[in-house]
Amino acid sequence: MPDIKTADKLNKKYLRGDMWPTIFCNGCGHGVVLDYTFWAIEELGLDMDKTVFVSGIGCSSRLPGYINADGLHTTHGRAIAFATGIKAANPDLNIIVFTGDGDCSGIGGNHLIHAARRNIDMTVIMINNFTYGMTGGQLSPTAPLGSIATTAPYGNIEHPFDICELVKALGANYVARWTVSHPYRPMKSVKAGLEKKGFSLIEFFSPCPTACGNSI
Amino acid sequence: MMYKRDPELIREVLGKKVQFILGDIACVYGGLLAGCSFFGGYPITPASEVAEGMARRLPRVKGTYIQMEDEIGSIAAVIGAAWGGAKSMTATSGPGFSLMMENYGYAVMTETPCVIVNIQRTGPSTGQPTLGAQGDMMQARWGTHGDFEAIALAPSTVQECMDFTVEAFNLAEKYRNPVCVMADGEMGHLRERVVIPDEKDLKIINRVPATIDKDKFIPFTNSQTRNSKVPDFPTFGTGYHTYVTGLTHNEKGFPATDKQPDHEKLVKRITTKITDDIDKLTNVEKLYLDDAKTVFVTYGASARPAESAMEMARAKGKKVGMLRLKLVWPFPVKEIQELASKVDKIIVPEMNLGQIVHPVREYVEGQCKVVSAPKIGGEMHLPHELYKYLEGK
Amino acid sequence: MIEIKDDWCKGCGICIERCPVNALEDSDRLNKKGIRPPQLKEKNECNFCRLCELICPDLAITVIPDKEVKKDMKKTLLSPTGGKNK
Repeated sequence: MPDIKTADKLNKKYLRGDMWPTIFCNGCGHGVVLDYTFWAIEELGLDMDKTVFVSGIGCSSRLPGYINADGLHTTHGRAIAFATGIKAANPDLNIIVFTGDGDCSGIGGNHLIHAARRNIDMTVIMINNFTYGMTGGQLSPTAPLGSIATTAPYGNIEHPFDICELVKALGANYVARWTVSHPYRPMKSVKAGLEKKGFSLIEFFSPCPTACGNSI
Repeated sequence: MMYKRDPELIREVLGKKVQFILGDIACVYGGLLAGCSFFGGYPITPASEVAEGMARRLPRVKGTYIQMEDEIGSIAAVIGAAWGGAKSMTATSGPGFSLMMENYGYAVMTETPCVIVNIQRTGPSTGQPTLGAQGDMMQARWGTHGDFEAIALAPSTVQECMDFTVEAFNLAEKYRNPVCVMADGEMGHLRERVVIPDEKDLKIINRVPATIDKDKFIPFTNSQTRNSKVPDFPTFGTGYHTYVTGLTHNEKGFPATDKQPDHEKLVKRITTKITDDIDKLTNVEKLYLDDAKTVFVTYGASARPAESAMEMARAKGKKVGMLRLKLVWPFPVKEIQELASKVDKIIVPEMNLGQIVHPVREYVEGQCKVVSAPKIGGEMHLPHELYKYLEGK
Repeated sequence: MIEIKDDWCKGCGICIERCPVNALEDSDRLNKKGIRPPQLKEKNECNFCRLCELICPDLAITVIPDKEVKKDMKKTLLSPTGGKNK
């Protein structure tokens, strides 16, 4: 449990202060996930000079821009492949991948499967808001059956994707699923995922107050 | 544990000084000599031997080899490894090259050095996998979306496959741009004699790492330590906390997509850093050009039958010469313009329906006649076929 | 007591909604974007659980525990049945 540090001190250490306030909408869960990651890193005492944050494209992928560490903002869906390359070149770096549900399971599904199969030592934090948020609320592979989206105006007729089950079947070392409204337990979980060697996936269910909460 | 280039270990792994090897394996030798320590590949005919050769030799020189799940993953891992500090390359053919285009553009925008070897085969689509062509030359220049400058080399012999791969790494590190080695199926699957150069005859250029104070370092602007438009390279893990993005960015690396001047400044810098040095980059071979009236302008595998046709013509007293382009992009405009002012006819033999003939025609500006000599279907031109272009017409 | 970075608050209302002792409310001041940041109510029972600090998506709240104030413990309505008190 974090005791002495306050949010203010955490901000000064890990944030790029002049980039704040964030581009996220009010009530978005991404800021909370960033918060939990900071607390986990603080408890572990990771060296920010040796930590690299990789992301794809989307709302979740804007997170590395706010963190005061090396960041790689790559093309849509390919974050995990880029992270594999960085790890192969310098195995001493800690790699944390921020990705979203469409980025990770839609276009990036192939790279997720193979990185989990190879058990590459990285931590993937996937923020699942059941939609493609940045582009305005299109259907995502994880959207529930019957839900409405801008590209599914008559209801979704496809079954959703359970990413945690997939990654578990491939033999990943640590798989967890939380929502952004649990305050303390996700921090410990992110810390456990970061500590454990091998492929870790932590999924966060998050609201999308603008796109997913929007009917057409 | 970072890779350190060990010349003795590399030569021990490569073997004898004079060998009889495939063009694909010559590309492997070139990569290892240049200090490549990461290869991410995917099997595709006719480039699978590059991946196989790397899989065998790279671990022995303490590098890393991964067979990725597809070509998109290959080029992504190569770019990631470059930011992790390694010299990295991949090898593919036509269909894979098309898949790599998005991330090729990403490497240009983020100024990442890497090498892509394209052993071209006939297209479009699956085509003739085992037969060579030169059909991707324009794609190397214009393949990805947006405005950018490309660097591409075209080897004509197996020895050049090796030498040009070393040169490709040097150019990539110097200009912080991806470089393509445009071999073709004929070169890739040809066995010829190569001589591995000694260390003293080899020129290796490495990227300039960032060394100045972390608070003062600006990652995406003209170099702060030397007079160059190419910035110093802040490898991940050295404490510079760089943010690298494919979005239009300002000098500190953060997204700046709202205003026109930001984009213009960035794209102009990353294109002019190469075009400013066009004279230093131009690399051509000139044969019998002093008194020639008809000239073959060619590159890659097509240069070999063109040279034979030229020798046949010279034996009969015709004034024929050849200009072989070793570096195809950026295009050697001055050489072509100078040539056009002296000759009557330029013939461009290519193993495609006419790709490099278009910039030739553009820069000739009507000063002489330009004839395209295309041949598709996986067979090289025969010397007597090219000789026909020299008779009359 | 709590400190709010006014310009970072986006007015989502999650802190007010999630406080377990209902100690927060909208204040009267406005920040640069026209949002009303939260403030502690005059009569509040804040027990420094820090839920608001941990759940704020914009890291705008900091909770500073007051060392001297001792709050009255609220007695529950449940009383044991059976045993000596019967």
